[in-house]
Amino acid sequence: MQLIKDQQIINDRLQFIADDQTLPTSGDISVTLNRWQKERETLLQHTGKVGVRLAPADNSADLATDLDKISLVEVDFPVYTDGRAFSHARMLRHHYKYQGEIRAVGNFMVDQVFYLSRVGVNAFQLPNPMQLPLALETLRDFTVNYQPSTQ
Amino acid sequence: MYKYNQTDQTIIDERVAQFKGQTERFLNGEIPEDHFRTLRLMNGLYVQTHAPMLRVAGPYGLLSSKQLRKLAHIARTYDKGYCHFTTRQNIQYNWPELSKVPEILAELATVQMHAIQTSGNCMRNTTTDHLAGICTDEIADPRPYCEIIRQWTSFHPEFAYLPRKFKIAVTGATRDRAATQFHDIGLHLIKNSAGELGFKVFVGGGLGRTPVIGQVIKEFLELKHILSYLEAIVRIYNLYGRRDNKYKARIKILVKEEGLAKITEQVEAEWLKIKDELEVSNERIQEIKAHFIPPAYEANAKNDQSYAEHLSANAEFAAWAKHNTVEHKIPGYRAVFVSLKAPEIPPGDITDAQLDAVADLADQYSFGLIRSTHRQNILLADVKQSDIFPLWQALSALNLATPNMGTVTDIICCPGLDFCSLANASSIDVTKEINLALDNLDYIHDLGDIKVNFSGCMNGCAHQSVGHIGILGVDKKGVEWYQITLGGSSENEAAIGERLGPSVAKHEITSAILNILDVYIKRRLDPDETFLNTVKRIGLEPFKEQVYATH
Ligand code: SF4
Repeated sequence: MQLIKDQQIINDRLQFIADDQTLPTSGDISVTLNRWQKERETLLQHTGKVGVRLAPADNSADLATDLDKISLVEVDFPVYTDGRAFSHARMLRHHYKYQGEIRAVGNFMVDQVFYLSRVGVNAFQLPNPMQLPLALETLRDFTVNYQPSTQ
Repeated sequence: MYKYNQTDQTIIDERVAQFKGQTERFLNGEIPEDHFRTLRLMNGLYVQTHAPMLRVAGPYGLLSSKQLRKLAHIARTYDKGYCHFTTRQNIQYNWPELSKVPEILAELATVQMHAIQTSGNCMRNTTTDHLAGICTDEIADPRPYCEIIRQWTSFHPEFAYLPRKFKIAVTGATRDRAATQFHDIGLHLIKNSAGELGFKVFVGGGLGRTPVIGQVIKEFLELKHILSYLEAIVRIYNLYGRRDNKYKARIKILVKEEGLAKITEQVEAEWLKIKDELEVSNERIQEIKAHFIPPAYEANAKNDQSYAEHLSANAEFAAWAKHNTVEHKIPGYRAVFVSLKAPEIPPGDITDAQLDAVADLADQYSFGLIRSTHRQNILLADVKQSDIFPLWQALSALNLATPNMGTVTDIICCPGLDFCSLANASSIDVTKEINLALDNLDYIHDLGDIKVNFSGCMNGCAHQSVGHIGILGVDKKGVEWYQITLGGSSENEAAIGERLGPSVAKHEITSAILNILDVYIKRRLDPDETFLNTVKRIGLEPFKEQVYATH
């Protein structure tokens, strides 16, 4: 699957493993925060990248001490109007000084990519991959800003 | 007033280009309807009964004559020759064409105006006292802080998809003329015991379906922490505000359900993490303050005798001056209301020709500046007393001098059934009917200070719940009915109006209002007891008896 990471369109094989699916023994995966907390020891042994997916209602503080043990954080949009992902990203970068990948996933709009990048999201898995070039363009929508940026 | 620098101009120019792209993609079918809805709302564009409605921001109510002329030009070119001033100091156009909106925004950008975040679930235009900087009861001018807040709220990347809309109001005076206790956040500039300026912060106030009076979350906040504290509140709201029910999504419900103590604790904890980085430096405050230095007042303005002479010679002028001008902190100056409440005109509406004429009058008499008020009128804030008589003559000729400011016919009214797709009942025609029934100016003036607010549905855009008399349109099996409340107030003694009784039918509403006024006249202790005080003293019963007796 294609996505944007650090302003480049790249190919990526990471798979989200839902809580009711069994964990594969290898390959790049992401899991829910709940699963990460319950099966942390197993996941630490996993061959391949392990990411944690934050749902809007999750508390990013629960992940704070584990951030150096995972490859990426996904911030999920069940619906594009749910703006909690913006605060999660911002807090990961600012409060917990997380430097790794933050990937937006789920039902967000291409027109949200610019603001997402401003709060620290650096990877975008758009629901419609056809819009990836447009997303790259929108990153240049504004050349000046009023608020301090996380990036 | 604040003048844009290169950054401000660039950012709104880039926004115009961005919205143009979005509109084109929508018209080409590349953006689904619901996505575009969110995007256009964040740019003040609604779809109403007849056509889109575009809401243009009036930053804390301050406009220049040049901007007013641009608004006139837009009304003439893209609309039906008029626009509307709202209770949140903004300007609305009722008939623009969607495809033309990017062009309108480009026009606005040339005079440092925009429609950014005037609707949608984001931080809205910050409002303030329409007498800011000129009133006699001011502790400090709130406008520099409004501008600092305006810049912080505009394009805030984290808070564009909040559970619901979010409104901030600021006052720097002892009398609250900005309804700050009915905002998501209300800020009062105050001095602490050491004489330092800071903010008292209120949170969780709001109107609409569930009117709530804001509570104090911080007794004293240093000026430099204003943005970090706001950011902490809005972040907590973004994370924990309810998203499951649109009617329970405002911060007032979060504060109510969780309790002030818990919210305060969360906000304070969050604030500690960010307060140092988001500090507003004193230099920054001074830099913004420099945009609001007082105009060049004439020291000898107070020596003028002509104003007093005209007042004693001309009763009509005197009546107008009494109601439509207010005291100014500089002797020899007064602030003059331009009444948008002529009886036959929908409240708050103004034509392109009137806008152009007011712009000229502002240049001639009031340093080229105009303010929009919270009661759908406009204000020329700095008029020399010797100029007031000729200004009155000019305003009279323009039908902008109805001497009714603050009286029963200065009705705040939402568009209602005529324009709004959410309305239960019409408001404009009923307002007109009430106005025409109250055609005796002496009687209106004798009634004194009565604030009537009229909304066409539960959403309460005209803030009926804080009207001394509130009227609310309700729908009963497809028929228009009206619910009356008495005793509301958005000022310091904030109060939510109480229901008078069952709603009344459309053909009875005017007589019900007349009956209420009649009870007041009969029962007030003396002409100095205001309507609100009489209601407080005698309660609703006497009003009820008379209003429902005839039914
Ligand atoms: S109060 Fe209701 S009818 Fe009036 S403008 Fe608001 S939504 Fe429309």
